[in-house]
Amino acid sequence: MSQVSIYMMLLIAVLTVSGYVYNRSSALTKFKQARAAAGGKLVMSAWHSQASYHGYFTAWIVALSTFAVFIIGLFIGGSGTGFNALWLGAIIITALAVIIFTGRQVSGKFRARTYVERFIKGLLIGLSVIAVLTTLGIIASLLFESLRFFKEVPFMDFLFGLQWSPQTAMRADQVGQSGSFGAIPVFAGTFLIMLVAMTIAGPIGLMIAIYLTEYASSGVRKWVKPAIEILAGVPTVVYGFFALLTFAPFVRGFAESLGFSVPTQSALAAGVVMGVMIIPFVSSLSSDVINAVPQTLRDGSAALGATKSETMKQVVFTAALPGIIGAFMLAISRAIGETMIVYMAAGKAANLTGNPFEAVTTVTVQIVALLTGDSDFDSPKTLVAFALGLVLFVITLLLNVVALTVVRRYRAKY
Amino acid sequence: MTETTLTSEAALKRLKKRRGKEWRFRLWGRASIAFALAALAWLLFSIVGTGYTAFQQHFMRMDFQLTESVLAPDGTRDPEILRGANYRKIVQTTLYEQFPEVTGRKDKQELFALVSASGATNYLRQLVYKNPDLIGKTVTVTVPASDQIDQLLKGYIKRDTPESRRKVSNQQIVWADILKERGVIKKKFNRILFMNPDSRDPELAGIAGAAVGSLMILVVAFVLAFPIGVGSAIYLDEFAPKNKFTDFIEININNLAAVPSIVFGLLGLAVFLNFMGMPRSLPIVGGMVLALRVFPTITIATRSAMQGVSPSIVDGALSLGASHTQAVFQQKLPLAAPGILTGSIIGMAQALGETAPLLMIGMVAFVTEVPNSITEPATALPVQIFLWSDSAERAWAERTSAAIIVLLVVLITMNGFAIWLRNRLETRR
Amino acid sequence: MTHDNIKFTCRDVRVHYGDFEALHGIDIDIPDRGVTAFIGPSGCGKSTFLRTFNRMNDTIDGCRVSGKIHMDGQDIYDKNLDPVLLRAQVGMVFQKPNPFPKSIYDNVAYGPRIHGLTSSKAELDALVEKSLRRAGLWDEVKDRLKLSGTGLSGGQQQRLVIARAIAVSPEVILMDEPASALDPIATAKLEALIEELKERYCIIIVTHSMAQAARVSDKTAFFYMGDLIEYDVTEKIFTNPGNSRTQDYITGRTG
Repeated sequence: MSQVSIYMMLLIAVLTVSGYVYNRSSALTKFKQARAAAGGKLVMSAWHSQASYHGYFTAWIVALSTFAVFIIGLFIGGSGTGFNALWLGAIIITALAVIIFTGRQVSGKFRARTYVERFIKGLLIGLSVIAVLTTLGIIASLLFESLRFFKEVPFMDFLFGLQWSPQTAMRADQVGQSGSFGAIPVFAGTFLIMLVAMTIAGPIGLMIAIYLTEYASSGVRKWVKPAIEILAGVPTVVYGFFALLTFAPFVRGFAESLGFSVPTQSALAAGVVMGVMIIPFVSSLSSDVINAVPQTLRDGSAALGATKSETMKQVVFTAALPGIIGAFMLAISRAIGETMIVYMAAGKAANLTGNPFEAVTTVTVQIVALLTGDSDFDSPKTLVAFALGLVLFVITLLLNVVALTVVRRYRAKY
Repeated sequence: MTETTLTSEAALKRLKKRRGKEWRFRLWGRASIAFALAALAWLLFSIVGTGYTAFQQHFMRMDFQLTESVLAPDGTRDPEILRGANYRKIVQTTLYEQFPEVTGRKDKQELFALVSASGATNYLRQLVYKNPDLIGKTVTVTVPASDQIDQLLKGYIKRDTPESRRKVSNQQIVWADILKERGVIKKKFNRILFMNPDSRDPELAGIAGAAVGSLMILVVAFVLAFPIGVGSAIYLDEFAPKNKFTDFIEININNLAAVPSIVFGLLGLAVFLNFMGMPRSLPIVGGMVLALRVFPTITIATRSAMQGVSPSIVDGALSLGASHTQAVFQQKLPLAAPGILTGSIIGMAQALGETAPLLMIGMVAFVTEVPNSITEPATALPVQIFLWSDSAERAWAERTSAAIIVLLVVLITMNGFAIWLRNRLETRR
Repeated sequence: MTHDNIKFTCRDVRVHYGDFEALHGIDIDIPDRGVTAFIGPSGCGKSTFLRTFNRMNDTIDGCRVSGKIHMDGQDIYDKNLDPVLLRAQVGMVFQKPNPFPKSIYDNVAYGPRIHGLTSSKAELDALVEKSLRRAGLWDEVKDRLKLSGTGLSGGQQQRLVIARAIAVSPEVILMDEPASALDPIATAKLEALIEELKERYCIIIVTHSMAQAARVSDKTAFFYMGDLIEYDVTEKIFTNPGNSRTQDYITGRTG
């Protein structure tokens, strides 16, 4: 943004504020006259909007119209002081015209407030639409780049191929070679790590939720809950560093003491650390779900002589099951989309294996690996990252939407 | 018969078994909590244990003789000459004076390796450049020791490992010990860590650049995400008609909150960089991407805060002749403000910890200057951590952990403040 | 149809919530000055009807009002009429006291501020004092105007809400079971206040308590299942009702 643009923006701001001040004060004057004419008592129905709304009304129109002139000026362009003076003049004249014209409008009947509120509502609608635009932007950009990729590599070869070595495809003679972009090993690695993470986070998160909602005294809850929430607040890059620096060497040492030989980067190390990261996520979502089960169900079970754990396992858990499944689905979506831990601790080479002690790679790792560094946006090597991103987005979208619907229905039930 | 069935031996045995199950169930719960807390403790302990020593560093305080014949042989004070002068020679001379007995070329090289070469020369260069009158005089200044010596004196380079397997020679160890005894080498608070941007030399690398970058990203993200988040919450809760489009917006926002953050990075890369042609590594682009990432969090928090305000308040305002907009903005929003604030802080903490989306928009560049504006290349704190974590040397691991400690302290303060605010609100209601 | 003493004229007023018709064509004339009570069993539509007078039903999704309601000859459902101005003239007091969680002063000053009724701080101070005096609350709160309105007792809160309504200088005050959350002493104070206020305002009160209706109102309307069954001078309704359903209700056989 050039220096001139910044000054122009400042000018627009000043004009807007002066539009507000001027018309508010002219409304106030007329307001006082009307009041005096009515003998000091104001008939409210004769004066629709307060003075400040007349000011806001003017300010809005000044801001919009001068901004429009500003944008037109930007497009027309031109350079040199001559043009700038012209531009400046156009903005000031527009502002003055608006201020004078709207100033004439000021009267008891003019519904400035209604118009201002309509502006506000329009603005709010605009802000909400950004959410939709973001989603559309994600879908459009992923689809656009993916389609470019699928022009060179068949869709089926990508989705079901068993060979993943995108780097080699950089060489001209290998571009589009089938087999290089088979994503199955990448999907399998993602799935394996997710499985390890959920094996840790699922039961532990759920048990923490049950214990904290049903057993723990309020004193214990008061301290334990925030402590576990800290785990959720730790950035993923920190977990990644912990996995790299401490946990992976620990796993390797442990495995070696048992007589296995294990690489430093392994699905297990990344998966377990990711599991720890997801624990608070599972536990807080499950707590909400368990809390929503009505107390009458618990009382009913206890009145039959059931112990607390029997009530939990057979009554509360069954009642809360849909919600808990929803919570697990959200956690899975989180695990699949997690990037930093796996990038730092899981490995970058594709490896089709079910053995958690081996290094595997994931969708997110490949996206980062392919897109950082010098990327040329026309080679399949970088475009495939968007295809992976598309798969990731579609899968997490399905998980999220299904989970959110399940959880919402479940809440509505109680 | 019923009396006996409940007290029969079989029933009692069963009861004992049931009690056992109950006890084991509880134990599982406690064990799970213990696991989570132990994991947290291990994480913090490992990071703090590695990183706390980085807050101190070894410096060398020596008298440097700024010889005119070395620095400005032609006698002028031309800035160009002063900038390019041979400060290395000054540093070398000063260091050799400490051990006049050293003569061999190789020995001299080893001796020179005690000090941070670029650290010392840059320091002297700036000193002389700013104040040319110092030429010909002797100045007593403190310059950083090299990272190897720092690690040695901190005890991380073990003296009992064979010489061939460590990066510090026996001779260097002797010199370092002597210099320490003479009071030339001293351990001091590591100002460099906080004041310097990134560097290739660990003893000169700091988080200042990344911290400023992070701050800029956060400011941009907040300026964008706060109005979008709060505005869409107000619209959805107060003004939106109940129809398909409103439902669609709502589903969108809830889903966006759960979309993997790297997808936002891909969006930023495709739209802001490739389509709009913005440069890589800019804080403004990072802030825009993270704004999209966190505004759903703010929307969701704002909506739940607004739903917590009793509808009778709005009714009261309406009955006095306030318009709907006035009732919402003048009565409802102020009451929801603490909840909105809590949500915004949590959202900003989320943004501060994000790494993956920033990698996508190229914020991995090696930036050796503290950025001055949001349109200059910069990096962010978590990205800096990621970059440093790549280097295996002990000096880097120590700094990475120190940067993490700083990041965690900021994050825990932010989250703690948000939780405190929320609890205060809950008890008041 | 307009008469000097008539404030509201209602003809064939129907209210729908979606497909459900809550009021089936009400015709009624409400007098200016004095208290009109709406009684009837729960769900009979009396509160819904009350909320048509200041168009508070507009704020409920799916609620439609048809028919004519004229206030001083002016159609209050006229498309060109801003409900905001109507509500400034028709104040309302709710079942549960709902002071804003602000200071007592700011509670009363809120209405005058949004309508720009005063042009100086002194004028506003005077208006706040006058309103609190009229609501019979001034002596109790004059030393703590800066304290939160939610810190008052229930009865005081309800009178604060009345003061808040009065401050906008309305002509009508609607009261939706104003004493239902109050203890007997606070109720007695409130009723005394209503007695005083009816000299200046047209008051319409919805109440569950027949005794209260009998004590405070001049005219009483009995609603049943969305219909206006009987409307007459209070004394007549309670001593000699013309309709057997009214009779059943006031003697406690239905309700």
